[in-house]
Amino acid sequence: MTKALLTLSGISKQFDGKTILNELSLTIGDGEFITLLGPSGCGKTTLLRMMAGFEHPDRGSVTLSGTDITQTPPERRPLNTVFQNYALFPHMSVFDNVAYGLKMEKRPKTEIRERVEEALAMVQLEDFSGRKPHQLSGGQQQRVAIARAVVKRPKMLLLDEPLSALDYKLRRTMQVELKRLQRELGITFVFVTHDQEEALSMSDRIVVLKDGYIQQLGTPREVYERPANVFTARFIGQTNFFPGRVTRVDGKRISVDVLGLNRELNTPSFRVSVNQLLHVLLRPEDIRVLAPEDTEGVPGKIIERNYKGSTLDSVIELEDGREVMASEFFDEDDPAFDYSLGERVRVSWVDGWEWLLAEESDEPLTDEEELAADVAEH
Amino acid sequence: MLQSIKQQPFRAAVLMLVWGWLLFLVLAPNMLVVGASVMTRDPSTFISLPLNLDAYRQLFNPLYLDVFLHSLYMAAMTTLVCLLIGYPFAWALSHVGKRRQTLLIFLLIVPFWTNSLVRTYALKLILATNGLLNSALMSLGVIDEPARLLYTEGAVIIGLVYLLLPFMILPLYSVFEDLRQDVLLASHDLGAGRLATFKNVIVPLTLPGVLAGVMLVLLPAMGLFFVPDILGGSRNLLVGNVIKNQFLDARNWPFGAAASIVLTLTMALLIFAHRLSKRHLGEEGA
Repeated sequence: MTKALLTLSGISKQFDGKTILNELSLTIGDGEFITLLGPSGCGKTTLLRMMAGFEHPDRGSVTLSGTDITQTPPERRPLNTVFQNYALFPHMSVFDNVAYGLKMEKRPKTEIRERVEEALAMVQLEDFSGRKPHQLSGGQQQRVAIARAVVKRPKMLLLDEPLSALDYKLRRTMQVELKRLQRELGITFVFVTHDQEEALSMSDRIVVLKDGYIQQLGTPREVYERPANVFTARFIGQTNFFPGRVTRVDGKRISVDVLGLNRELNTPSFRVSVNQLLHVLLRPEDIRVLAPEDTEGVPGKIIERNYKGSTLDSVIELEDGREVMASEFFDEDDPAFDYSLGERVRVSWVDGWEWLLAEESDEPLTDEEELAADVAEH
Repeated sequence: MLQSIKQQPFRAAVLMLVWGWLLFLVLAPNMLVVGASVMTRDPSTFISLPLNLDAYRQLFNPLYLDVFLHSLYMAAMTTLVCLLIGYPFAWALSHVGKRRQTLLIFLLIVPFWTNSLVRTYALKLILATNGLLNSALMSLGVIDEPARLLYTEGAVIIGLVYLLLPFMILPLYSVFEDLRQDVLLASHDLGAGRLATFKNVIVPLTLPGVLAGVMLVLLPAMGLFFVPDILGGSRNLLVGNVIKNQFLDARNWPFGAAASIVLTLTMALLIFAHRLSKRHLGEEGA
């Protein structure tokens, strides 16, 4: 990581006796695109508002380039925010909205005009400067909000679910544009979202939050391929959870009993012992669907198939009632492959593609996992 | 037309009722007033032909002009006081918890259940020479002898403020309720302090409420003739008193009608300004 720009250390915050953030520490590097990802109520927005200065932590400190700004009001922080519902000034034209921050800095008129025009050109809204916000579409309002925030050349841009009000296609376009802007401006972006797909495609690093705690901090690839815990694995992407029981530990390899199969797997980074229960995680795209006459894998039948364009997504019901999601790419050998409902298949995967997690004592098991754990014990 | 009545009889009935109401109880009486204002005063039939503009000319009589200006002044002072009290009150009202908000609005509305004439008499008892206020001030040692409060311009303004304050607070409360918190945060975020945010964002965004409040206070303040009658003595008249006197005492209907029309036109002008300010903010603004 490049040098630290913003450091949060030991941040705690309570609202009405409810803990929102708990002893949270995070360092954001200069120029990175970092995403705060989590379900609603996880504290991501509160964290962003603390960076902006709209909230102040009960404990802990916020440091920007070495200066403590914990109690600095928002108007004196060199950071700007793009609000979820844009928060444009409805009584001002697009030009005046964008010029507002520069007027507050008491910049000369000619400089304001130049910089506002430059910012509007950057978001392709040069021709709209005389319009009022209500005369613009949602996507255009979004661009004004971005122009208004970047025109001040902040050290950091804070984006609070800025795309959540847009429709799917526009969202896609804006995601690409935001990335382009970030590259061109070289400004650090802190992006809040609850959309894991958005987080994966846009971020340099993702902070996965839940109940005021950081669950995982890492690159999109790390978070997706090597989730730190069950929550992250469940929250990001789709995952098949299989219960496993360790039967043998042997240096780099361990033997695990999964769905009645005895598989040789890589030893995970945490300590394992014989008879320990594990989660064996497999992404749908890592599942191999084999012919029923195959000897490998577990038998089951197709209960759902969805044509997704580039992939064929299916759900396979195993004999114990467990459902497995599989996602297979069409390949050139057999572009017309398909399943019929009820078709018998076998389910397997390539050893080494799985990811192992220890059973978490505080993680409530779902019914099927409980059932599977019982089965494994007998 | 007939087709649509058959298809939606209820809708047609409601529309007829509304249009009928507007036609017979709003448009017709106002046309009668306009008619009366351009006719000639007649001692036996109140009004008669020929048509002329004498009544309007009479409005420019320095005597009446003085009354009109003094009335406007008292109404303007009333509006200003209402605004100065109402603006922070409405702001606070929009910032307290939901339960307290309901209670406060309820308390604001309770006085309406008592006739305003009765409430004005109650105010008279408070302001009288040996009334509650003077007794209280004297027992506290603030003043040595009773101050003359009643039958002054101040008493009229107090009375008007008392009766009209809710009409200022309610529209202001509504704009403060609509004022989005994130827009204020955006202003701070872009470098504006409290004062700059107030001036550049809060004031312009609450302006429609201010204008609505001014409309609801200023015009009635010129017309509430019983307030000067009870609290103001003979020197602090409102336009409302002039109109009432012309109809009931002086029996000069054309003049009374002309004065009413001037009052109505002033109101129309204010409504027009209000609509302009709303349009300025856009349909979804304000």
